[in-house]
Amino acid sequence: MLELRNVSKTVGAETHIDAVDLTLEHGSLNVLLGPTLSGKTTLMRIMAGLERPTSGSVWFDGADVTGIAPQRRNVAMVHQQFINYPSMSVYENIASPLRLAGLDRKTIDAKVRKAADLMKLTPMLDRLPLNLSGGQQQRTALARAIVKDAALVLLDEPLANLDYKLREELRAELPRIFAEAGSIFVYATTEPSEALLLGGNTATLSQGRVTQFGPTIEVFRRPNDLLTAQTFADPPLNTILLDKKGNRFLLDGGVGLPVPVEATSAPDGSYTIGFQPHHLSLAPAGPDAVGVTARVTITEITGSESFVHLAYGDAAWVMLTPGIHTFEVDETIEVFIDPRHLMVFDPAGRAVHSPPLAA
Amino acid sequence: MEKTWNNKAWFLVLPVLLLVGFSAVIPLMTVVNYSVQDTFGNNVFFWSGLTWFEQVLHSRRFHEALLRNLAFSFTILAIQIPLGIFIALNMPRKGIGVPICLVLMALPLLIPWNVVGTIWQVFGRVDIGLLGRTLAAMGINYNYATDPVAAWVTVIVMDVWHWTSLVVLLCYAGLVSIPDAYYQAAKIDGASRWSVFRYIQLPKMHRVLLIAVLLRFMDSFMIYTEPFVVTGGGPGSTTTFLSIDLVKMAIGQFDLGPAAAMSIIYFLIILLLSWVFYTVMTNYDSGR
Repeated sequence: MLELRNVSKTVGAETHIDAVDLTLEHGSLNVLLGPTLSGKTTLMRIMAGLERPTSGSVWFDGADVTGIAPQRRNVAMVHQQFINYPSMSVYENIASPLRLAGLDRKTIDAKVRKAADLMKLTPMLDRLPLNLSGGQQQRTALARAIVKDAALVLLDEPLANLDYKLREELRAELPRIFAEAGSIFVYATTEPSEALLLGGNTATLSQGRVTQFGPTIEVFRRPNDLLTAQTFADPPLNTILLDKKGNRFLLDGGVGLPVPVEATSAPDGSYTIGFQPHHLSLAPAGPDAVGVTARVTITEITGSESFVHLAYGDAAWVMLTPGIHTFEVDETIEVFIDPRHLMVFDPAGRAVHSPPLAA
Repeated sequence: MEKTWNNKAWFLVLPVLLLVGFSAVIPLMTVVNYSVQDTFGNNVFFWSGLTWFEQVLHSRRFHEALLRNLAFSFTILAIQIPLGIFIALNMPRKGIGVPICLVLMALPLLIPWNVVGTIWQVFGRVDIGLLGRTLAAMGINYNYATDPVAAWVTVIVMDVWHWTSLVVLLCYAGLVSIPDAYYQAAKIDGASRWSVFRYIQLPKMHRVLLIAVLLRFMDSFMIYTEPFVVTGGGPGSTTTFLSIDLVKMAIGQFDLGPAAAMSIIYFLIILLLSWVFYTVMTNYDSGR
């Protein structure tokens, strides 16, 4: 069990990590999700022991490891760049942590071959990393991390430098690999979809703070606050500031958005409403759907879906809708909001209501 | 797709061809021309075939100068490459120290060859030079004008002083291009300082090192100005390198034929050795 207790890191006047508390269990996969510069890498470096927190402590299995050097911590790390020893063959690269650990030749060979097999590297064992494709280079780096049987495996955006296809392929294999090892896995990513595909737990990071930590789907569907909801949304979360009166949020032209039942008891006043792009649609998704008139600013077509960017008053929204649509710029269209999936945040950004986990 | 042929485009290449012709091809051909003829003055030439080449290749004078050149180049490489790597490894990576070190390193490279020679000639003089007098005061017998060992040491130290910076700058460029993540990975593996050098820094530097070795080899093999200024090829002929010998022969003795033959041989040796160096080092790179 890895525990970060009130860990902060400041460099000069800049705060990189701000009072983070985090407990990660053995055999778990934990995603650190946040935009660039939100502190993911620094947090990982602190977990690895490459950096010392300015304050707070790091505990591993009940022991304080705050000042202990990384090589004595039983950690492995995979970086965004493909980091392998350039003059060693793939075999030697995978074997290097085992050799440093002083294992005997036979054990090393067995472990290397098993890891290579897992990573589908067996035919490339004699090659130099630079003569491999990016995907194979990163597999080598992953194999080096796995072969160590480290208690803590840190993966810092390991797929970010791979092209789309290889990324999909490797990502699909990762959960299987994680399941076979019993380590604590920490996986940093900037992409909400990657967090959702990997599952496990997610900690959302924003400006050095962990805004929420829990099972990935729960953080996604039931964020504690607006910041978490915005961090965990791509395309960006649609938001609008509305006045609540009784059981209605007032929209332009007198139409009201029904207030979710759980939130009707909240005092009247202004609230931020948030909803995902696919909860806007061209046709009513249910009997409660509310239609509003919005202006099209741009339409992006991915092939099977269209991203329609809309302006509604001062709010800029994105609608993700199936099929190909060719709206003119500045065309006004009627779009429907599905009130079953609304998130409601009070003026301080705290969640007043979130949609149910599954729907 | 049909390729478009535009023969007029060749005219655009013409100026370059003319320039190269006048600056390289014609002078080289003049040398070739001299090397196969003999003259007794009055601009009358006689065909002499490969006589000059045979004469040069069999002369002891040439063999000795060639050996001196090889000894000099290999000594220079053996000192400058490790020293350059060592200095580059210890140079700061960030902060105010970086520009200071880079400027200090670049300074010797900016000084013209003959000035370097003059500096060291004066520096080493026993009567007025700082180095010469200091050594004499310490009781060390150092006189580059009379002692062959002192002459060699002076020429080598001078070249090391002048050119190690080049190796340092090339290695430094190679070192700073290594992403920080490599060092982190090594740290997590618990690799020693030596392992980091052997398995990360050296492999990542080997391309610039290849260039450094080639440049330093070619340049040191053509050494002329500095020993010419400092020792004039002496004492005796102990620091007479091929280039110095060549100039003596061509301008001092006006033996144009043998000198031309010698310069062609000299050129071919440099070409051959450079090619061998390059092939060996690139094969070493891809062979593993």
